[in-house]
Amino acid sequence: MNYHWNWGIFLEQVKAGEETYLDWLITGFGWTLAVALTAWVMALLCGGIIGTLRTAPQRGLAFFATCWVELFRNIPLLVQMFLWFFVVPELLPRELSLWIKQDMPAKEFVTAVLCLGLFTSARVAEQVRAGVQSLPNGQRMAGLAIGFTLPQTYRYVILPMAFRIIIPPLTSEFMNIFKNSSVAFAIGVLELTFQARQMQEDSEQGIETYLAVTVLYFICAFVANRGMAFIEKRSRVPGFIATSK
Amino acid sequence: MSFFAQFDLSVIGPSLPFIWTGLLFTVKLTVIAMTGGIILGTLLALARLSPITPLAMAATWYVNLMRSIPLLMVILWFFLIIPLLTGKPMGAENSAIITFTLFEAAYYSEIMRAGIQSVPRGQVWAGQAIGMTYAQTMGHIILPQAFRNMLPVLLTQTIILFQDTSLVYAIGAKDLLKAAEIAGKNYNRPVEMYVFVAFVYFVICFALSRLVKHLQSRIAIIR
Amino acid sequence: MIEINNVSKWYGQFQVLTDCSTQITKGDVVVVCGPSGSGKSTLIKCVNGLEAFQQGNIVVNGTSVGDPKTNLPKLRSRVGMVFQHFELFPHMSITENLVIGQTKVLGRSKEEAQERGLKLLDRVGLKSQADKFPGQLSGGQQQRVAIARALAMDPICMLFDEPTSALDPEMINEVLDVMVELANEGMTMMVVTHEMGFARKVADRVIFMDHGHIVEDATKEEFFGTPRSERAQQFLSKILSH
Repeated sequence: MNYHWNWGIFLEQVKAGEETYLDWLITGFGWTLAVALTAWVMALLCGGIIGTLRTAPQRGLAFFATCWVELFRNIPLLVQMFLWFFVVPELLPRELSLWIKQDMPAKEFVTAVLCLGLFTSARVAEQVRAGVQSLPNGQRMAGLAIGFTLPQTYRYVILPMAFRIIIPPLTSEFMNIFKNSSVAFAIGVLELTFQARQMQEDSEQGIETYLAVTVLYFICAFVANRGMAFIEKRSRVPGFIATSK
Repeated sequence: MSFFAQFDLSVIGPSLPFIWTGLLFTVKLTVIAMTGGIILGTLLALARLSPITPLAMAATWYVNLMRSIPLLMVILWFFLIIPLLTGKPMGAENSAIITFTLFEAAYYSEIMRAGIQSVPRGQVWAGQAIGMTYAQTMGHIILPQAFRNMLPVLLTQTIILFQDTSLVYAIGAKDLLKAAEIAGKNYNRPVEMYVFVAFVYFVICFALSRLVKHLQSRIAIIR
Repeated sequence: MIEINNVSKWYGQFQVLTDCSTQITKGDVVVVCGPSGSGKSTLIKCVNGLEAFQQGNIVVNGTSVGDPKTNLPKLRSRVGMVFQHFELFPHMSITENLVIGQTKVLGRSKEEAQERGLKLLDRVGLKSQADKFPGQLSGGQQQRVAIARALAMDPICMLFDEPTSALDPEMINEVLDVMVELANEGMTMMVVTHEMGFARKVADRVIFMDHGHIVEDATKEEFFGTPRSERAQQFLSKILSH
């Protein structure tokens, strides 16, 4: 292999500017965290609601939730990025559309968060539904029997248990969202993958660049995993057998 | 609403042959990566479950490594590193085929591992008790059952793979998405093309996921 | 036929078998009984090498099981085994279950294997079920197929690991009848079971195990007459009282 190694590259200045390559990577890491974490909050909220609706007795609500899940699950994330970025503004009234295209602050970031958040919400919703349906029906009846309304039963009885049950699959979704945030490069968010490509072209030190970026993604996955394990441990219900590692 | 007045579907017709070649590549990439990935993945799963510790460790490492890096980074890695190793440039299409096969193998191997472990231990004993070797027990008894039990999950993974192939965009391989994008630029109608390509992806993936549901209920009956 | 000499086995720190020794000569029917966790299932799985053991040796028909040079598949092909949970191959029809070992291991032709398989299926009274799948049969029927599958390999002896304990009571007899018939034909059998009626009827010897030890190894008459150990007496009184 004929490759010229240069581990000092990170401290060198970029070709057209004052910053170093390390600055680029730090910026990238920051945007990756920002996109992934904001989108995760959105995915949890939307996914929780949609997943609950999927188990609702009202046919119409359940159908709406099913459509939501199928729509976001069956189109590639990258295509969804382009839809939100290029197509959706065209669907809006002219003034709003113009404002989005010209004046909206952090347009790429907002689009990426919206897209990734909704994409992940469909997957979270599926987990929530599975969690709710895994609970014995007696739980629902017991809730109703002490006089809760159905929403109250969900709020106080079913969802607290369902969310605990689905922590393991949610953990892998949480780890996925960091990985999936890389797709935001395609609409120009300056996250890690975008910076990796840029630094690779600019410095021509591809291996060092990719190694550094890969390590940063590793760190995200590892911290996400440990964080969820901590939450799982803290929220464990005594006497309830949950498999955990 | 200005949009619908401007929405011009007539550009789709003439660009269909071009988009079709892109779709063909997407399908080809999916089928090769699925076949190669399942074969490699099964070998990886067997390695992970084998009593030979170094082999099991190596397989575990490979699988965990692939699963913790974004696919996009893996695509970029291979595109960078294959020419360095072979000494000659490689086209984006071929690079994509190699990348997806090796990457998907990690995911398929986790499915096959779960499948193998879902077969009761007694089945291994029963195979061995009539004198079968390890290879015979695996080949005739365990793997067919593992494969059958996991068929819906393997197919679901393949649907994800089909969607993920759109990421070859990053290295410029001409798949369904890229073809539609080029057509959109040629006719200066990117919006219509993005909507059209999303529709095509949706129809294919939705149909496949219905098929998986159907299969799942049939397998449930057989059990 | 089967010689077990001072066999000991550990799972990590935990010792499951301690210094077990016994012999089974050709044509003998030996019943192994004992409370659950006493190691009897583990011992019988050691005989054809499904479980490894760390000390002692087992010789089957002149071949040492623990010897790393031994061709275990070849040895196992000559020792029939029947499992607690039947372990028919669920993805294959009944006939295919009977044929696969004969063709893949013994190298018989498909026609020959099918003929032999159907003959044995007829013998266990299930010829009409030949094209069904294991999941469509009752437990008792599945276990009879499992016996036929083992017999199809023309075994020199048969191992039974609690063959009736996963069955509903009304199905136990149909399986035991087949086993009694086998015993009367002179098959060498090692049977782990709690069915003392079966032991009374056909066993030559009874082995009683407890905590990984062979506590009692006696003729049927001695065992049911006056077992020497207190544990065996307790066990018998519990099992025979109902």
